[in-house]
Amino acid sequence: MAEPALKIIDANGAQAVPATATATLDATLPAAGQGRSRRRNLATRHGFEHLCGILRVAGLGFVEPLLRLALGEAARPQLKALWQLLFVPLIAACVFLFLWSQASSRIVTSLGQIPGPAAVWHQAGALWADHRAERAKQAAFYERQAKRNAERLADDPRADVSRVRYTGKPTYIDQILTSLETVFTGFVIASLAAIPMGILCGLSPAFGAAFNPFIQLFKPVSPLAWLPLVTMVVSATYVSEQPMFEKSFINSAITVALCSLWPTLINTSLGVASIDKDLLNVARVLRLGWATRLFKIVLPSSLPLIFTGLRLSLGVGWMVLIAAEMLAQNPGLGKFVWDEFQNGSSESLSRLLVAVFTIGFIGFLLDRVMYTIQTLVSFKGNR
Amino acid sequence: MSELVTSRKRGWMLAVVMALALGGGAGRVQAASKLKLEKEQIKLGFIKLTDMAPLAIAYEKGYFEDEGLYVTLEAQSNWKVVLDRVISGELDGSHMLAGQPLAATIGYGTKADLVTPLSMDLNGNAMTVSNEVWSKMLPGLPKDAAGKVQHPIKADALKPVVDAFKGAGRSFKMAMVFPVSTHNYELRYWLAAGGLNPGYYSPSDVSGQIKADVQLSVTPPPQMPATLEAGTINGYMVGEPWNEQAIAKGVGVPIVTDYEIWKNNPEKVFGVTRAWAEKNPNTLVALTKALIRACMWLDANNGANRKEAATILSRPEYVGADVRVIANSMTGTFEFGKGDKRPFPDFNVFFRYNATYPYASDAIWYLTQMRRWGQIAEAKPDDWYADVAKKVYRSDIYLKAAQLLVEEGKAKKEDFPFGSDGYKPVTRDFIDGIEYDARKPNEYINKFAIGLHGGQKIDGGAVK
Repeated sequence: MAEPALKIIDANGAQAVPATATATLDATLPAAGQGRSRRRNLATRHGFEHLCGILRVAGLGFVEPLLRLALGEAARPQLKALWQLLFVPLIAACVFLFLWSQASSRIVTSLGQIPGPAAVWHQAGALWADHRAERAKQAAFYERQAKRNAERLADDPRADVSRVRYTGKPTYIDQILTSLETVFTGFVIASLAAIPMGILCGLSPAFGAAFNPFIQLFKPVSPLAWLPLVTMVVSATYVSEQPMFEKSFINSAITVALCSLWPTLINTSLGVASIDKDLLNVARVLRLGWATRLFKIVLPSSLPLIFTGLRLSLGVGWMVLIAAEMLAQNPGLGKFVWDEFQNGSSESLSRLLVAVFTIGFIGFLLDRVMYTIQTLVSFKGNR
Repeated sequence: MSELVTSRKRGWMLAVVMALALGGGAGRVQAASKLKLEKEQIKLGFIKLTDMAPLAIAYEKGYFEDEGLYVTLEAQSNWKVVLDRVISGELDGSHMLAGQPLAATIGYGTKADLVTPLSMDLNGNAMTVSNEVWSKMLPGLPKDAAGKVQHPIKADALKPVVDAFKGAGRSFKMAMVFPVSTHNYELRYWLAAGGLNPGYYSPSDVSGQIKADVQLSVTPPPQMPATLEAGTINGYMVGEPWNEQAIAKGVGVPIVTDYEIWKNNPEKVFGVTRAWAEKNPNTLVALTKALIRACMWLDANNGANRKEAATILSRPEYVGADVRVIANSMTGTFEFGKGDKRPFPDFNVFFRYNATYPYASDAIWYLTQMRRWGQIAEAKPDDWYADVAKKVYRSDIYLKAAQLLVEEGKAKKEDFPFGSDGYKPVTRDFIDGIEYDARKPNEYINKFAIGLHGGQKIDGGAVK
């Protein structure tokens, strides 16, 4: 369960490595040789570098020195890198687990002791077992339903026998999926609003000046303040006989959107505003149309900053989501946390800790994904 | 009013149609389970309290599915959320406080027409005070030969503690779960019976603390023990398992139950909006049938099923507290203080004493208390009370469901009060012995020493 901490550390560590690693590679590869072998070497080296890049982005930077060792590169620098990337984080994780198990037995709440690593691990297993058991119940439910529908059809061939979704409780896994679905919906809404607005603000100083006060005013508003308002507005405007989405889902998603659109908006407008003036001048000289200018010059030049904004937005959205789900009763991780707090059983604390680690780990994964995309769009050379 | 008449007429016609459909002898069970449902997928809300048991049992024992209903149960965070989500249609129906449909219908708080076809249980609440308050009360309490505290404990024993708090410049604070909750009225009744004023409501001040000796405020049930532990309140009145939880956590001591305040008082109801009930009449009857069967199961064979019920309720998706905490009150005992476990067969009643029948006289009692404490700001005539009760407490729907259960052989005729006019006999089963006659609500209100009388109003913080 200490994995998130470990990966974050080596993700950061990975930033420091490339320079040294490339240098060693250059030194160890045969400097000169026959043309063909040299070309092959170059191709391999490129492939290898590419692989290392992917590993670093994926947070698996510690594999790189291992590979290099296997390739027979000089041992010393690789061992040093390995020490930094793998062993330091591992030791830190062990120390963390030790301190946690020591400290937890000393803090006694009204629900009993704070659970240690073993109890939390056990609880994670219990939640998984619970998920499996619920799936079995679900299968039985569909079987009963199929049987009843068959009976009804036999009775009346025109009977409406549409399939009814399982009515049991959502399991922990279901709740994680609901949370992901909600945060992505909110994130997409936020992006659809923030990117065009950001471009407008960046292109036109007048727009920028007009929007700026609102950005400054709404950016720091907590999701807890938005949610009651959002709930009221959604209740009043989203009225339908057969709603496609649950209201709680919409409330949470909109709240996430409201809180997470600001980083994208600000970064987009910054990216657009700081486009090289020469490029714009060239566009003017070539008399490029509005759309061409936007898609060929403005957007490509500001993509790296737009994605920096999106990455920040998704992070904010994930943080906000848990609070929003708690209040909006959206059946995701936030509701899980709230329900366990209310249950107050002897297992609640360890379940809450499982949730904390899950939330952290998923947040980390989301950030990695966005970081990868960000790296991919930030062209090799700067324009 | 005309709307009401049409709906009643429609209901009557429906009964005839159903009676015709049920006509054949052997095919009865078959025919009845084919009650044409207007809606099959139903979402019901509940609050994490042991008295949501009928919902959990109806789901787990397959009673909903027997009626062809696909029901999803969902825990809600507080009573306001329950009310709002039922009104907005996010929930089809919910576990509700007995006072909620009444208050909503008369427009106190959120205005909406709600109805209830079924009362979910009797009793089940208790009052807990903090360890500090308990240690101050204990020396003054009468004890029996074995040194055990004699019950019921009256509020007279709390008065010196409240006075001491006042003398030290501290206010004595207690929590209940909702302004129109049964707990609020029971707690007020108990305090007032012991000479402590729990405070009045007025149209301009809905805090309910005007002229109060004890300040009452709202806290969601599951947060009660934590709030008491934090010292924000000195005591609370709530349903189970949140009193027994206080003992388990060692943060407080339960001292009186609502059974002792008013014997066999109605507690939770199953509520839907009137619009929903009119749109889905058959579905509502089917839901009522399933819930009646669940209540029967809970009280069957002298509570033989209660242990199993406690185990089901202890799952995280229902109440979620530890099974031993839930079992304390669900299995015919109640623990007053650590180790002081006493037999209490009627602590939770789900079916006996016609617990599920929605009595108009019960509704009227809650209305009298709303008037007593100023939530109903002006005097109303006696027939107003009867009208509101009749409009909200739909014994007609209940009896229809009961009739079907009898015909299907799932219940016995004598299980239900078929001939009742909806009024329980006049009773003195209150902690202060004051006689209650539901047909004379105004006379009843005037009997109390503390409370609004006749045409009195609260104006600018004074009774006028």
